[in-house]
Amino acid sequence: MDAVIEVKIMTTEYKNKKTLVPNKYDMPVQEPVQRIKNFQEVALGYDEETAAAEAARCLQCKQAPCCRGCPVEVDIPAFIKLAARKDFAGAIKKIKEKNALPAVCGRVCPQENQCEKFCTLGKKHNPVAIGRIERFCADRELHNGAVPQEVAAATGKKVAVVGSGPAGLTCAADLAKLGHKATVFEALHVAGGVLMYGIPEFRLPKAVVQEEVENLKKLGIDIRVNAVVGKLATVDELMEKDGFDAVFIGTGAGLPYFMKIPGENACGVYSANEFLTRTNLMKAYLFPGYDTPIRVGRKVAVLGGGNVAMDSARTALRLGAEESWIVYRRSRVELPARHEEIEHAEEEGVKFRFLTSPTRILYNDDYWVTGMECLRYELGEADDSGRRRPVPIKGSEFVIDVDTVVVAIGQGPNPLVPRTTNGLECSKKGNIIADPETGATSKPGVFAGGDVVSGAATVILAMGAGRKAANSIHAYLSGQTTTNS
Amino acid sequence: MYRINRKEVLAPSVNLFEIKAPAVAEKARPGQFVILRVDSEGERIPLTIADFDREKGAITCVFQEVGKTTRVLGALNEGDSVKDFVGPLGEPSRIEYYGHIVCVGGGVGVAPVYPIARALKEAGNKVTGIIGARTGELVFWEDKMRAACSELRVTTDDGSYAGKGFVTDVLTEVIKESNDIVLCIAIGPLPMMRAVCNLTREYGLKTVVSLNSIMVDGTGMCGSCRVTVGGETKFACVDGPEFDGHQVDFAEMARRALIYKPQEKLSLERYLNESEHQCGCSHRGENNDNRVQK
Ligand SMILES: Cc1cc2nc3c(=O)[nH]c(=O)nc-3n(C[C@H](O)[C@H](O)[C@H](O)COP(=O)(O)OP(=O)(O)OC[C@H]3O[C@@H](n4cnc5c(N)ncnc54)[C@H](O)[C@@H]3O)c2cc1C
Ligand SMILES: Cc1cc2nc3c(=O)[nH]c(=O)nc-3n(C[C@H](O)[C@H](O)[C@H](O)COP(=O)(O)OP(=O)(O)OC[C@H]3O[C@@H](n4cnc5c(N)ncnc54)[C@H](O)[C@@H]3O)c2cc1C
Ligand code: SF4
Ligand code: FES
Repeated sequence: MDAVIEVKIMTTEYKNKKTLVPNKYDMPVQEPVQRIKNFQEVALGYDEETAAAEAARCLQCKQAPCCRGCPVEVDIPAFIKLAARKDFAGAIKKIKEKNALPAVCGRVCPQENQCEKFCTLGKKHNPVAIGRIERFCADRELHNGAVPQEVAAATGKKVAVVGSGPAGLTCAADLAKLGHKATVFEALHVAGGVLMYGIPEFRLPKAVVQEEVENLKKLGIDIRVNAVVGKLATVDELMEKDGFDAVFIGTGAGLPYFMKIPGENACGVYSANEFLTRTNLMKAYLFPGYDTPIRVGRKVAVLGGGNVAMDSARTALRLGAEESWIVYRRSRVELPARHEEIEHAEEEGVKFRFLTSPTRILYNDDYWVTGMECLRYELGEADDSGRRRPVPIKGSEFVIDVDTVVVAIGQGPNPLVPRTTNGLECSKKGNIIADPETGATSKPGVFAGGDVVSGAATVILAMGAGRKAANSIHAYLSGQTTTNS
Repeated sequence: MYRINRKEVLAPSVNLFEIKAPAVAEKARPGQFVILRVDSEGERIPLTIADFDREKGAITCVFQEVGKTTRVLGALNEGDSVKDFVGPLGEPSRIEYYGHIVCVGGGVGVAPVYPIARALKEAGNKVTGIIGARTGELVFWEDKMRAACSELRVTTDDGSYAGKGFVTDVLTEVIKESNDIVLCIAIGPLPMMRAVCNLTREYGLKTVVSLNSIMVDGTGMCGSCRVTVGGETKFACVDGPEFDGHQVDFAEMARRALIYKPQEKLSLERYLNESEHQCGCSHRGENNDNRVQK
């Protein structure tokens, strides 16, 4: 819970490099009263001095425990050392050896559960703000023009990458660096996956994502948008007809789950995917300048407690809702969202109803939502995930007065690609089964990674899976191993 | 960018576009649809594939100008392009031998019914076609439909062309005349499909409809398009768009179609004001013929 407290700590004066600075330097932010009226980024980013000063807090531990927490094994002390010397170009080069999308990760990684969780300084004080330094280095590069990256001589091998989320983009970037021709197929009209359609502008500006994508294109990656694999060519056809030597599937977890309660199709009930897609991808917050509409009432209830739920609740406020509630089955400590997002949501006035779950959605004659009937829960025994299981309290039904409901209880994999690919094994839930080390699937030459394999997880895990798959595709194409080994 | 190779005005405010999209054309099958976006501020709108030409690499869509996006689209000409064009989406129609089939197209619904009727006839079925329009000048593709069907009947609501009456009136006739009809396919405005289903239910005649719920991505990612069919929630874009009409909750669909009515109105008014200022264009107010249910 360190990170929750950390945000509140006052700015510490710059200290001499030798003395230990116990707290992170504050992240400048847009004030809550102001920011709930716009979609601009909340966290404004360090300036050069602060980034260098924060970097100077690092102890340069020999064991570098922080690296253990990084799913893509960025050499953290090395880049921080460069940043402390204000060699930001060197720092970003170091980061990019392992992380293809640092401007994204610096903003959205749950650092408190990853690198910063293991930071030596974090034992007694605040950990080094690794993510914020990473973000500064990446933004500076986007601002000053990309440091060119080395690409190996062309191998003549072609790889199809299905889906342009963090998994697909990372895989394509790594393949390109290894000299293979990567072609990315994306169903939507822009590349980026959840980074474009899900995570809101105020957390991850879409221009930043597109700049990162443009940088990747410089590696020679071909990105084809408006291309739904399985409807256009299938995976089998890509390999047999279109001459791709291997395929990586990174189609994510884009299928929204609903509660399956009465009234869920009433007008005013959105899946979080729809709510966020209309707002982010289609820019409904700029309606009528942009053509796609969205309707948000006065009182919004968001079901769920993850990042998706926080994003929806905060988006609702920015779209003009007077009240925005998070309705969550478990209690506060179980909220799976990034700590910073929970903090920001609270500062902005998002309200929470814990240990509550809806039983039906009420609507009027015009089929518009008028309220939501809920049950209260209490915490029982621990379940498989080690969290205490919420149990409903009999007869505790009550009605919440809301006119908009956003369902953010999770997403599953889209069945299209698995269904149209011969010989691809999937789990009961529909996730593609792939070797966690290599990404190899049951089908020779076909690899998979990211949310479509793991279920909804994180950007960095998707990137890590994309990277591992790129390496094993490289090995496969070089004839060193076969997929079925 | 996807180029408009050919434009044809089929009826007042009903346009045909033939759009170059070779990859889509190669895979397109009757019953499927595309989603297009005119420009980078535009909305994603679904249009049914009315025809496809694999050799030319082109997809034909027929659309009615009802709101802002379809009007912006209608103002484009041959040689212009649309920014995004994705497809083929949805499940194709089930084309097989059934026997005697009735294909009903109401309003612009004639266009999506056409390739289905053609394919069904090619599959050996006897196809009776029925096309209906509000008034004579809105009838289009009569020749194409006649060629695609074994027999065609045309009707107009006001009797200004061919017979007078609704498609349901003609359908009743057809059902009464022949006792061998095994399937009805009906595509058109929601109230028309609903009326057809109410009629065919009485005769126990299985009826397939193509649902046009409001969509965003068209790939099963958002759930905007959800419809209730046989008591279950389905995503029209991936589970459909064709469903067993007797199972569809049309009342729900009709209400969900109105979700964005105020915004649609605002958007259209704003567009009409702007286009009036800029070009004094004749578009204004000319089309109140909105067969899509109000
Ligand atoms: C609202 C929201 C907030 C989140 N916040 C965070 C956060 O703060 N931190 C964090 O680490 N993680 C966060 N996540 C999770 C993170 O975004 C995902 O784990 C990550 O994006 C998964 O990456 P991916 O590449 O596997 O898939 P995705 O990002 O889902 O990308 C998959 C892509 O494949 C495309 N596709 C699907 N099917 C096809 C097909 N048949 N043909 C072609 N293309 C196809 C999709 O259109 C999509 O673009 C959030 C998720 C959401 C929804
Ligand atoms: C699978 C499918 C196939 C379709 N095929 C055709 C076709 O071949 N020819 C044709 O003329 N029309 C077709 N439509 C309807 C067409 O998409 C709408 O007329 C169009 O989106 C209206 O946009 P607008 O901005 O001009 O009008 P608006 O003023 O925005 O809307 C008018 C009405 O159209 C419907 N609509 C609005 N936005 C959408 C959307 N994003 N998705 C679906 N419906 C919407 C609403 O019910 C609304 O009341 C189809 C719809 C679907 C779902
Ligand atoms: S653990 Fe913390 S202090 Fe040690 S090297 Fe890593 S970032 Fe620096
Ligand atoms: S349009 Fe988004 S799921 Fe059907």
